[in-house]
This record gives sequence, structure tokens and C-alpha cells, in this order.
Amino acid sequence: MNAPEVASGPGGGFEFPVLPHAPRRFVALVGPPNSGKSTLFNRLTGLRQKVANFPGVTVEERRGLAKVASGKDVVLIDLPGVYSLVARSEDERVTHDVLMGTMPGTPTPDAVLLVLDATNLKRHLVLAAPVLALGLPTIVVLNMADELEARGGDLDPEALAVQLGAPVALVSASRGEGLEPVMEFLGGELGVPASLDLPALHDIPKCRQWASRLGDEAGYSPPAPPVWTRRLDGVFLHPVVGPAVFVVVVIGVFQTIFSLARPLMDLIDMAVSGSGAWLSGHLPASLLRDLLVGGIWAGVGSVVVFLPQILLLFLFIGFLEDSGYLARAALIADRTMSKAGLQGKSFLPLLSAYACAVPAVLATRTIENKRDRIATILIAPFMTCSARLPVYTLIIAAFIPERALLGPFLGTRAAALLGLYVLGFLAAFGTARLLKSSVLRSEGTPFLMEMPPYRWPTLRQIGLRLYDRAKIFLQRAGTVILAVSVGLWILSHLPFSHGQPPQMAQSVTGTVGRTLQPLVAPLGFDWKIAIGLVTSLAAREVIVGTLGTLYGMEGEAHSNGLQAALRHDLTPGGAVALLVFFAFAMQCMSTIAVVRRETGGWRWPAIQFAWMTLLAYAGAFVANRLVTAFFA
Amino acid sequence: MRRGLKKAAPETLADLRRGEEGTLEALDLPAGDARRLMELGFVPGTRVAAGRSAPGGDPRVFRVDGSEIALRKATARHIRLRPAGGTAE
Repeated sequence: MNAPEVASGPGGGFEFPVLPHAPRRFVALVGPPNSGKSTLFNRLTGLRQKVANFPGVTVEERRGLAKVASGKDVVLIDLPGVYSLVARSEDERVTHDVLMGTMPGTPTPDAVLLVLDATNLKRHLVLAAPVLALGLPTIVVLNMADELEARGGDLDPEALAVQLGAPVALVSASRGEGLEPVMEFLGGELGVPASLDLPALHDIPKCRQWASRLGDEAGYSPPAPPVWTRRLDGVFLHPVVGPAVFVVVVIGVFQTIFSLARPLMDLIDMAVSGSGAWLSGHLPASLLRDLLVGGIWAGVGSVVVFLPQILLLFLFIGFLEDSGYLARAALIADRTMSKAGLQGKSFLPLLSAYACAVPAVLATRTIENKRDRIATILIAPFMTCSARLPVYTLIIAAFIPERALLGPFLGTRAAALLGLYVLGFLAAFGTARLLKSSVLRSEGTPFLMEMPPYRWPTLRQIGLRLYDRAKIFLQRAGTVILAVSVGLWILSHLPFSHGQPPQMAQSVTGTVGRTLQPLVAPLGFDWKIAIGLVTSLAAREVIVGTLGTLYGMEGEAHSNGLQAALRHDLTPGGAVALLVFFAFAMQCMSTIAVVRRETGGWRWPAIQFAWMTLLAYAGAFVANRLVTAFFA
Repeated sequence: MRRGLKKAAPETLADLRRGEEGTLEALDLPAGDARRLMELGFVPGTRVAAGRSAPGGDPRVFRVDGSEIALRKATARHIRLRPAGGTAE
């Protein structure tokens, strides 16, 4: 692939024209959910994309550059999926506003790519009516051409183009087939669609009839029902087998994350400690070398080690989502959700909270009922996010010996990890019940969820996501964790006396830690953990970097050394208490910020932070007492 | 249509068992909810077939207008069917 010619911004990213009179063409992608809109967006833009937020709202704005034949770049914007242009949720309002040109900071699109699913043409064509009524140059992209053909469906794009008065392209975005007309449209002369005799847009039955007529005139014969989807649903939605598969999938994911990531993590660990040793051997002995090796290398390195685990988690979530299984899992989970007073729509945000609470809080935008939405936001950070994984893995590996529980399927360490996930889930469940039976009681909102056909996820689609995640994780390691590591190292080397840095316990860090120690002593923590709890207020995984730095200065740079050091410093009670603390506590500035923005004030994030910290402290206290009573 | 003699004709979507079909008559729901359901294909006059469900029978997947949509019983109860199994008469 040719390197794209893009202007490099100050942050090393791309710079997109945001001025209303940008010389580059600005094209919006619109389509119903499950039309493969994002697959097309990824196909057209590849790695030349950037995720940001729309100003004022928290819907993710994805822009990318597509290179067209004329050599010019076209800016594409991927809008949230909609069934119509009548907005009911914040997501849909964004699509509406961008298309109308009323979204601040976003120019009115020069053209529209309307993406529809060719295997369900007549229903999806309903959206063509309001989109064509906008009067913007539009190309109708009928996606999933491969599936239409494989299942024996047929249609004549030319005839449909005549009917719609706009160009029509029949494509397969996942295979990258049939995209030439789309590229031509993006780079060519833009024509306004012919004025059509459109039905009254508010009358859906009329619109549906209009779409039927168009489909008939375009010789559309719908494909046969997806045989494989029916067969797979016979298994995944079987009254007995279905829930069993659900449980196996969940356990399998956790076991694999633990066992498969291990060799990769060891490899990175060796590279980090090896290069650290090489650096300290080749640099002249100085405070600067100590800062580089003992502070930065040990701090950042101990967090970077967890990259394989986080990528594996996102690999699984991506696979489950793109394959269509996630919708079935949500269906199975709906009853459990309703027992917590929530609805199936809360399932997706809560599941993404297993990756990270920030996108999860954003994903609650699709919940129309405000009280359900706030309740979902408040419990999302209890779900075990990927930032907890480094903490969990470190403590579990240090304190729990690996033994087989269920043959090769489940070991003690994976079981411990699974237990922590369950603990977080129970806390979320209990909190939701508490909220929904008191301050956030609400009438039921109808639960509607489309079950997409099962599809084989494409490597490209999942690869792009993993690339995105790796970038975000490494950026954090390079900024927040780097800054904390350096700051911590400096504070640990002050105050100087007689030109020499003090002993750790006498340094500023040590003093702060020892001041806090009485507060955390009932939990079984020492002053180093206390420092970790303070620094990890920024982000949970920072505690690992902090401990890496604190122990790194004592000459134990890599994580096996860190594990040994922790075994030396922490009692089993303190270790379990630390796990419980992290399961409950809201140690994440990004989440607090996004909750404040989403709920429109400090009230909810303050309540949330106080409640989670209280639970964390109480839980850790009890855990420490229990474990100490049983094992001492 | 194969249907047991002892069972009364289904009046709403919630009465349909797996594999059974009916024709939509009306949506007795708040305007916004009804509109969204219609956008998903639940337009009066359309054939709907009941599919599989979550364990316990709720929510259930319905096949309508080329797609499969899951609804809770609480919603399906408010979607009325044409009497006597619809157009097959």
C-alpha cells in the first residue's frame, strides 16, 4: 500500500480540514445499523482515520481520508447508524444535524454515501427517501453483494439508479469488490439527484410501499433465508445448549487471555529488561541514567508488558461483535438485565465496559430512557475494564500458584481472574437494583434489537480495531504513565542532603506514603501500595508502573522481580484486599471526566466516586480480615 | 397453518409460538415506540413469524420484512394480529 500523503499534525496524527470552506471534498457515510457502513468506511480509508468527539455531544466522530483516482484526498465522515432521519437518541441527532449542516464545527457535506444492505433491500430503501430529499449529491451503495449472490438473490443496479435518479453501486465492502463506481463518484463531478416523487416522509407505511415498488422495478428478488444463521441459532439460542455455550464462551475468553498472552508478555518483558540492562551498561553512571533506567524504563516497561493481554481481549470482543454472536448473547442476557431493572440495550455498553468504561459510557447514548441511561453509566465502571488486567495479573501471578481445576480448560489463576470479573458484575448488579428501585425508578422502555445474520469477521476489520486500541494504550503509556513515572522518580530522589539523594523511606514519596499508611493499614497495605493507590487515581494500570518504579529503584526492574518483591512486602490478606479494592474503586480520571460530561454536572460522578471508593475500602477491609483469619 | 385445536387463535405477537405466523393489524404503543417498530419492519399488513427465544421464552426473535428483531413479551403483547391467522384464510 502506498504511504498516504497527509499533513502531519503537531501530535504526529493527521490534520483534517475543519474550516467550512475547506478545499477538500467532504463526504458523509449514512446507513442503517448492520448495513456494513463502517466496513466500507474502513475499506475506503484504511489506516488514514481519526476518532474524535463531536463538539458538545459525546458521539464518536470518525473521519478518514480516501484517496481517489484524481490523486485528491476526500474527507469521509462515518455517521452513527440510523433507521430514519427522525432522531430519537443523541446518536441519531448527530446524523441528522451533520446532514442538515447544523452541526457546529462540521461543514455541510458536499455529498452523501448512502450505504444499504442489498440482502434486505426493500426495508433499507426506506431510508433512501429522507436522504434523497436532502437534495445533496448522493450515491446509493448496496453492500453485501457477495451474500446476495451466494443466497440466490438478484437485482439490477442500473434500473434502480434510473428509479432513484442517483448513481447506484453494488459492492462487497468486506471483500473490497465493486468499489470502482464509489471511487469515481468520490473524485468525479457531483450531480444533484433528480427530483423524485417521494412519499410523505412521516408516513412509514407509505414509504415502505414506495420502497417495495422501487425494488420491484429494479427486478429485485430477495435472497433465500440465511440457512447458516438458522442452523447456528438452533445451537446458540437452544433453550439448554444456548446458555451452556454462553458460559463456555465467557470462560474460554478469560482462560485464553491468561494462557495465550503469557509467552508474548514474557517476550516483551525480556526485551524491556534486556534493553534496560543494556542501557545501564552503556551509559555513564549518573542521575540521568538512573532516571532513564530505574524510573522510565521500569515504570513504562512494566505497563507495556500488558499490551498482548489487552489486544487479545479486544480481539475476542471484536470477533464476537462482528460475527453476530454478541446480539444473541445480549438476548440471552436480557432476563438477567431486567432483574437488575435494566434492559437489553444496557448490555452492549456494559459489555464494552469490560474493555474500557469510557467508550461504554459513550455507548449508553443509544438508550433513549434517561433514567436507564444514567443507571447504566453509574454501574459501567464496575465492569472489569482492561486497565484492571495489569493489576490483577500481577497480583494473581505473584500470589496464586497455577494448578489445573478442570483439566486443561480452567486453571486456578484463570478462575481467580474470572472470580474478580464476577465480583465486579455483582457489584454492578446490586448497585443497579438499588438505583432502579429508588432514585432512578422508571417505566419500562421497549427492548428492540436486530439480530444480524452470522458473518465471518474479516481480518482487516478486526486488525484495524486492534491497531486503534494498541495506539491508544501505547499513547497512554507514553504520556500519563511516563509523566507519573518521571514525577515519582524525582519525588523519590528529593530532598538532597550532602549532594546525595535520600533513602527511599526518607524521600518526599516515602514521607507521603508513610503519612497515608495508617489509613490503608487496616486493608493490609504498606506505604508503597499507598503511593500506588494515589498515583493510580489517574488510571488504574498506573499502580503497576508506580510499583515498577518504586521497586526498580531498589534494583528489581522486571516483573518477575516485582512479583517477588510484592510477595515479600504483602501478606496474602493484603494481596486479596488489593484485588478487591481495584475491583470496586473508580480509579480513573478519564471515566470521571466522561461521566461528568454525559450527566451534565458533578453530582452523579461525585456520588459514583464516593460510592465506589466506600465499597472498595469496605470490601478490601473485609477481604483482608477474612483471608488473614483463614490463612494465619 | 398447522395449529392445535385446543389453542385459541393468537391475538397479539406474544401469543405466537415458535414457527407460527400472523399478519400485523395495529401497534397499540406510544407514537414514538410504534414509529421505531415500523422503521424496523413492523408495518400493519406485514407477515410476522415467531422464531427462537431466550431461555424461558422472553425475549423472542420475530422474523419480519427480511430481518430478525428481538422483542420482550411486554412489547409483543401490544402488537395486535389480524384475526384468524391473517391472509391465509
